[in-house]
Amino acid sequence: MNFFDLKGLLQPLGAIKQLGKNPHTIPFDELSKDASDRYRGLHYNDLEECIGCGNCSTICQNAAIDMINLDGIEGKDGDSGLRPRVDNGRCCWCALCVDVCPTGSLNLTKDYIFVSEKSADFYWIPGVDNPKAKEDDRLSFTSGADISLSDYTRVPMRELEGGERIKSFAEVVLGYNEEEARKEASRCISCSLCTEVCPDHMHIPEYINAIAKADDEAAVRIIYDNNPLPEMCGKVCTRRCEDVCAIQVRGEAVAIRWLKRYATETAPTIELMKEIIQPNVSEPNGKKVAIVGAGPSGLTAGYYLALKGYDITIYEAKAKAGGMVMYGIPKYRLPLESLDKQIGFMESIGVKIKYNTAVGKDISFDEIYENADAVFLGVGFQKAWTLGLENEDAQGSIAAVDYLDIINRGDSYDVGKKVAVIGGGNVAIDGARVSRRYGAEVTILYRRRVSEMPADWEEIEGAEDEGIHIEIQAIPTRIIVDSNNKVTGIEYLKAEMVADDKGGRPRPVAIEGSETIYECDTVIGAIGQEADYSFIPEKYLDKIEINRGMLITNEDKQTGDPKVFAGGDTVNKTADAISAIADGFIAVKSIDKMLMGK
Amino acid sequence: MSREKETTLYIGPQHPGITGNMMVKVKVKGDTVTKASVEVGYLHRAFEKLIERRNWLQSFTILCRFCVPEPDPMELTYARAVEQLEGRIVPERGQYIRTMVMEMARLQSFMLWYAGQSGSAGLYTLGQWSVGDRDYILNLFEDLTGGRVYHMYIWPGGVRRDLPKGFKDKALRVMDYLEKRLDEYDKLLFDNTIFQKRAQGVGVIPKEKAIDWGVVGAPLRGCGIKHDVRIDEPYEVYDKLDFIVPTHEGGDVWSRAQVRRIEARQSISIIRQVLEKMPEGEYYNKIPNPMKWSIPAGQAWAKTESVRGEVGFYVVSDGSEKPRRVHVKGAAYTNGVSVTEKILVGQNIADVSFILNSMGVCPPEIER
Repeated sequence: MNFFDLKGLLQPLGAIKQLGKNPHTIPFDELSKDASDRYRGLHYNDLEECIGCGNCSTICQNAAIDMINLDGIEGKDGDSGLRPRVDNGRCCWCALCVDVCPTGSLNLTKDYIFVSEKSADFYWIPGVDNPKAKEDDRLSFTSGADISLSDYTRVPMRELEGGERIKSFAEVVLGYNEEEARKEASRCISCSLCTEVCPDHMHIPEYINAIAKADDEAAVRIIYDNNPLPEMCGKVCTRRCEDVCAIQVRGEAVAIRWLKRYATETAPTIELMKEIIQPNVSEPNGKKVAIVGAGPSGLTAGYYLALKGYDITIYEAKAKAGGMVMYGIPKYRLPLESLDKQIGFMESIGVKIKYNTAVGKDISFDEIYENADAVFLGVGFQKAWTLGLENEDAQGSIAAVDYLDIINRGDSYDVGKKVAVIGGGNVAIDGARVSRRYGAEVTILYRRRVSEMPADWEEIEGAEDEGIHIEIQAIPTRIIVDSNNKVTGIEYLKAEMVADDKGGRPRPVAIEGSETIYECDTVIGAIGQEADYSFIPEKYLDKIEINRGMLITNEDKQTGDPKVFAGGDTVNKTADAISAIADGFIAVKSIDKMLMGK
Repeated sequence: MSREKETTLYIGPQHPGITGNMMVKVKVKGDTVTKASVEVGYLHRAFEKLIERRNWLQSFTILCRFCVPEPDPMELTYARAVEQLEGRIVPERGQYIRTMVMEMARLQSFMLWYAGQSGSAGLYTLGQWSVGDRDYILNLFEDLTGGRVYHMYIWPGGVRRDLPKGFKDKALRVMDYLEKRLDEYDKLLFDNTIFQKRAQGVGVIPKEKAIDWGVVGAPLRGCGIKHDVRIDEPYEVYDKLDFIVPTHEGGDVWSRAQVRRIEARQSISIIRQVLEKMPEGEYYNKIPNPMKWSIPAGQAWAKTESVRGEVGFYVVSDGSEKPRRVHVKGAAYTNGVSVTEKILVGQNIADVSFILNSMGVCPPEIER
């Protein structure tokens, strides 16, 4: 080759022929196109769908997203009230925020041009700054439930088969094993929406995180921070936390209750519990606190006050502690040993429980009031509401709480071959499932529809699995008895659901002439309970206010008498164990503040 | 000549003929380079450290920043290392898509190289063409991944999204078009006497030194040594595809250009094969919740072939939710520093950028 290689010099000039042509980018139509259907442009957030879980903010590796309050968006159960704000100066449009958004509210759009001379304008509130992106069909990079990185499927809980269950009172739920628990725990995105809604504000993301990291001991310690009956909660809590779990918007909530159960089961004996929890009991401070009722609220108050060095005595009318948890919940849900262990642990750190000591009968309220520096009332609802039906006092008619009480204390009650249970709450289901375990054919009569039953859905499903029939829209009218005043059946009217004029939920209205008779040997009423305050002498009632069966307390759980505190069902309307525990925990702080000035 | 003084010249740090900021400090006597030293530090963003502070998934959005002209091998190599540690299997369709993305990345990177190599020889027309044509591949990337340059598409477990509707037809159309264009590029570059004169015998890497110096990629194959991770240790579905790895004797800029010329065509062929053979089915083996995704303790070394050569990731996990250590060995590390410093000596100043370009130097890859 040399410099006079003509071909090599002339050939490149062939490019000149392009002069007559359009620019070579024109022939393809893509150039003037809109951004592609998957383009990762500016963010859009559906403010209604968003629950403010903050997962987008957590995953953002550029720290470009922060969660802020917006006018017009209030926090509520399952919604923190916060919404993401994106700093477009930091964003790299990786769209990880979209892929981890558990609700699918956050998307990227086809829009990418944004000009401003003010740097503050680059803080962009998706959905506020581009409210029409969805309407205008500008959403591009979205994440459906099938490709989202959130794990929407719960690790199934192993349970006894329906046919097996009704043979005994063996615990139905078998619990997670280690592998299952780790997997389930790893689904949690640590958004803390659950903590907000838990009456006791348990540190849920923290202990789930510990389980996911295979540090079960830490999980137990975190749980014991503010709940001394976690094993009970792990089995029977009403778990409002799971109703608001960010994952349940598009999938199945993280099994928070089962994870707590798993954690507590890793400490099967009192010795091990002591070793793991290492309760730090302060030196006695010389103050005495008397607690009436060893239910969840009383036990909680007792445990944490004892830790702080108080001299605690709990007066319990029955032979065992636990209150409704002990006597109202069937043993296939909460085995006796489990409760014994938790209460034994409390006693081991110095909580004194006087069993079979009914205040007002075995010991006067005056006596405990005078001898203690503070009194905590955790008496609960012991008296069942009557059905108000004809022949309710007949032989074979019993209230569910009384029935459960008899069974749980180890006595027996013959329900016969057929049982009708009236009510739709957890107590009704408990009564029905217990009867089923004695071989009876059981029908639950409920005024409204199954979807409106206040009972736990898992309980309802469990009952159905066990062969319990639920007769919906049935309003009982009278109990039928024979000449010996023994129950032979129950008559009820079928009801139709009528829309409420005032916008409330539909009401059941009896259909005339639809009388139906269900023949049965036992009628179990489970329509609610109330408290019995007869143990409090008149003179105290000047200060301690009772309104419609409820004790009135301030937010510190203090009654009108500064020395008397109260918690549990008699104080809050939710009437569940975790609210009672929360009350007890709040009362501990208030009592400590009052007596020790802390 | 002997009376000429030795002068120090600073080439760079603003894009000394390559993509990214780096400086080559050369001592020259007359027009001839007597000593060259590569000075880096202008782009240091502590990528490796940043990765250690992020969880296993978050890191993947940083990886593409290691090399702007060809980000995808970084994503793939990291993903492969993580999968190796975790034992995660990528579904076959995912592997095909990954292979296609890798070749698309190579192809668009060749387009940039055409522009850089011809531009640094003063031939600007080809650069305008190839950068324009590259946009068609970027369009494909946009359709597939949602991003044009940084794709953030290949992640542990597979790829992020399946092929969009109509992608295959569109991609094949683009391949047909580019194949024709490559012939026109040849006329402008390889048949061009100016380029021949500039490229031949310039920036020679001695064949016997190539292995010792740690040369990788096209510069190594330009020395007549057949080495390519895609055939030596096939990954994804490269073992199911039919392609050649070209070599060229000479070790100079010309040889390296010839190797790339053929490789660009091979990439088109591979993309066609992949699109043809791609099975239906899953494309992604979903990872657990990324917030709590921990990788079993251990260490892994994964490597892939980029346009610049072998890219390797050494990843160490202590069993937690974040990498303990991620060490990145980019192709430019040897090619761009030690090798370049040696071969620049004795060259003309005007050829420095030209040679740097032929070595495929990518500074961010050096400054991890």
